Amino acid sequence: MGEIGTLHYLVVAAALLIIGTIGVLTRRNVVIILMSIELILNAVNLNLVAFSRLYGLQGQVFSIFIITDAAAEAAVGLGIIIAFFRNKETVNVDEAELLRW
Amino acid sequence: MNPVATPFFFYFLSIMATVSAIGVITRKNAVHAALSLIVTLVSLAGLYLMLYAPFVAGVQIVLYAGGIMVLFLFVIMLVNLDQNIREIQFNKQWMVGLIAALALGGLLLFVIRQGRDIFPVNLSATLPERQNTQQVGLALYGNYMLPFEIASLLLLVAIVGAVVMAKKRI
Repeated sequence: MGEIGTLHYLVVAAALLIIGTIGVLTRRNVVIILMSIELILNAVNLNLVAFSRLYGLQGQVFSIFIITDAAAEAAVGLGIIIAFFRNKETVNVDEAELLRW
Repeated sequence: MNPVATPFFFYFLSIMATVSAIGVITRKNAVHAALSLIVTLVSLAGLYLMLYAPFVAGVQIVLYAGGIMVLFLFVIMLVNLDQNIREIQFNKQWMVGLIAALALGGLLLFVIRQGRDIFPVNLSATLPERQNTQQVGLALYGNYMLPFEIASLLLLVAIVGAVVMAKKRI
């Protein structure tokens, strides 16, 4: 086990990003799709904080903005889920077909 | 203060984050997925601490693990998922998911391999930890004043939007 550098953190962030992408593309449950989006945002945050170690504090400030954005996105997304569940009695995305042709 | 056993903690936290992230996308029950997402978030907060970013680590725990995840669990309880557990959890897009994951993984691996030499391996802390919060606050209220205000406006719009969405009749 050698010294831990920036590259190690980038590899972990890449793994989280790929896992989140697979989750968004393959799950049917909307709640879990939103959780996968949170995983992707966290991967970006880890990248930013790892680079802020090298290049100054801006990365940490940006990661705080991303966390704010994630909170807003979660609030609106979960509101949409509640409205969707009230209309369709389900939370599966492939049954949301009103705008599909 | 010099960090102790950095590689051990790094590998421990990152393996925990990755394994529970896989748990998030494979668990059948949404509550279990939310709980493993909490494990991921807390171990990422540990990684932030190792990167000398204690303020971001605190925000991660308070806002993500404390705020957003409570919102998620609240909605999981509100939405009746009992019959959802008995249904098929994955759609038929596993081919698309596989292709996207392979393409993204190949691209990231290529970029990391190409750029591995430009990062300094030996990191030295840019700031002592006790000044971190102070410096982040100065940056937020100094250079990043306008984005900060726009973020507050975004939160206001999100609150109003969530209430409008979730309300039965407006």
